[in-house]
Amino acid sequence: MSNPYLPVLILMVAALAFALGPLALAWIWAKKFSPKKPGPAKNATYECGLESKGDAWVQFKAEYYLYGIIFLIFDVETIFLLPFAVAFTGLSAGAFVAMMIFLLLLVEGLVWAWKKGVLNWE
Amino acid sequence: MDEGLRSELQKQGVFVTTLEELYNWGRKNSIWPLGFGLACCAIEMMAASMARWDLARFGAEVFRPSPRQADLMIVAGTVTKKMAPQVVRLYNQMSEPKYVIAMGACAISGGPFKQGYNVLKGIDRYIPVDVHIPGCPPRPEALIHAFMTLQEKIDAQQLKGEGRPRHLDPDAPSEFPIPEYGEHDLEPPKNPEVWRPAVVVR
Ligand code: SF4
Repeated sequence: MSNPYLPVLILMVAALAFALGPLALAWIWAKKFSPKKPGPAKNATYECGLESKGDAWVQFKAEYYLYGIIFLIFDVETIFLLPFAVAFTGLSAGAFVAMMIFLLLLVEGLVWAWKKGVLNWE
Repeated sequence: MDEGLRSELQKQGVFVTTLEELYNWGRKNSIWPLGFGLACCAIEMMAASMARWDLARFGAEVFRPSPRQADLMIVAGTVTKKMAPQVVRLYNQMSEPKYVIAMGACAISGGPFKQGYNVLKGIDRYIPVDVHIPGCPPRPEALIHAFMTLQEKIDAQQLKGEGRPRHLDPDAPSEFPIPEYGEHDLEPPKNPEVWRPAVVVR
């Protein structure tokens, strides 16, 4: 009595042969009829037509990130400022003072960064 | 193989072929061009690949974005001296066997801009061109005709002997020298290995 999985095995072998056969043929063909012809331009990493120059490991200036972060803080701040401005006439004095303190904290940070020379781009 | 014997066998229902023919048949029906346009002629090249002219009928609709996967470079447009080194480098980076179609007056000779100080007077100064198509611009039909001409050429190519493709010839150079920007012109202004203009006898 043969194993009932035998047809599956046969199919699997056939499928493998079907997949690997053409690859092997192509490989043999390339060996025999398409010898390699390498050259400096052909072996180059980039293929856009231009020569690559310099190093890929360049560093961005850290100043860029500081700029970005400071921008982001004030960018987000506008989101809070807008409802504050809309509801301004109906606000109590306590809410106004709280908002001013919030603003002051951020502006203080900006002044500190400015003093530190972060805003000077070299 | 003898033609008479072959047709005799064909009448009996026996088809014979050679490995070379099979190889060329496969190659000529799967010419993948490099997606590469330089000027107005490229518009006609794009039109040729679209539904109306349908380059896919020739197995050539797969415009490859990388020279490593392309078999054919269609120089479609004006080659400026600024662009010539890039064209040659891209050609060098294509895998063998590779072919070139010079499409339009500009790629052949500089065309309407021949007098221009910055225009290369024909890409065949640097790379070997297989088919030239005249026209400004050539119609897509002309490009298709160039394709068919190239297919005939590939079909007739022998894998051994004199006219074999360059990659099968160990003595043939693998790359063509890439020109550089000189003081007045490209250095060298032409590649004498490739550029053999017809001698005008007056
Ligand atoms: S041959 Fe004519 S259409 Fe083609 S690139 Fe030159 S100017 Fe443009």
